[in-house]
Amino acid sequence: MKILRVLLVTLCVVAAAQAVALIETYEFSNPELEVRYQQLSEELRCPKCQNQNIADSNAPIAQDLRGLLHEQLEQGASDDEILEYMVDRYGEFVRYRPRFGGTTLVLWMAPVLLLLAGGVVLLLTLRSRPQRTDPASSALSSEEQARVQALLDKSEQDS
Amino acid sequence: MASRLKLFLPLILFTLLALFLFRGLSLDPTEMPSALIDRPLPAFSLPKLGTAETVSLADIKGRAGLLNVWATWCVSCRVEHPYLMQLAAAGVPIFGINYKDRDVDAQAWLEQLGNPYEFNIADRDGTLGLDLGVYGAPETYLIDAQGVVRYRHVGVVDEQVWLTILEPLYTELNAGVAAP
Repeated sequence: MKILRVLLVTLCVVAAAQAVALIETYEFSNPELEVRYQQLSEELRCPKCQNQNIADSNAPIAQDLRGLLHEQLEQGASDDEILEYMVDRYGEFVRYRPRFGGTTLVLWMAPVLLLLAGGVVLLLTLRSRPQRTDPASSALSSEEQARVQALLDKSEQDS
Repeated sequence: MASRLKLFLPLILFTLLALFLFRGLSLDPTEMPSALIDRPLPAFSLPKLGTAETVSLADIKGRAGLLNVWATWCVSCRVEHPYLMQLAAAGVPIFGINYKDRDVDAQAWLEQLGNPYEFNIADRDGTLGLDLGVYGAPETYLIDAQGVVRYRHVGVVDEQVWLTILEPLYTELNAGVAAP
């Protein structure tokens, strides 16, 4: 029992140490820079581990890019300058929100085009449906009228 | 007739989608073209491994060659190394970038396994690597005589990669230099 407790405590300590070791911290001269750091590191994609941003990734390249980001922010670079710097080196791929135009045109336009295509299909389907606006065909014959009345009367009696 | 054709619409859509997805199966999403393709190498001034000299872009220019990013901590680089030795023996100029490594380790590696490089750039902090858009070793860049990047291969350069991709481009570059 005692061994078990020791094991448990060891496990907790090790787990805690790992959680701390995961991501380094940076000191910012200005709290506003820190906010921008958070935003940019979430928007920049890790080139090595492609479905993570550099804030989440622990790959060496993501660490380097975070260091670079910190350095550039402290030097007073604007968001656009930093993004441009990264895109120059790692391609448009490095941004989770690639700029509009060129090869990313298809990517940006696809949702709009698909929505339009869906609208067209919907319109065509609605139009090609048989029209049922003729009042003569929708009105009930006297025979049907009598049946409806009979059914209504019956349901009233039942209740 | 038109309504007959309409019946085939789902089949047509399915076939298109299937073709599209089938193509996707053979694509490797981790393979990215370098942002530097057809652009000149970034300027740099870094120590030459094992010496007190510094090297710059001018030392690489002059003829087509390979620029190989490697490190002793990189397991795939060890796999790649014997093939680089073969290429160097065949007369292909290979320049090394020793990426985020310790000079001592790198020199020991070259002494032990052989040195295929014309010289090595000691990129201890990975600054040149950052400018090149390196995201993991090994990476190999094909450079023309003017120092313009023509191709980037991420991963091990082996016989297949050399014969199918790099060599055709390399001979083309050399032919271009010899012709005029």
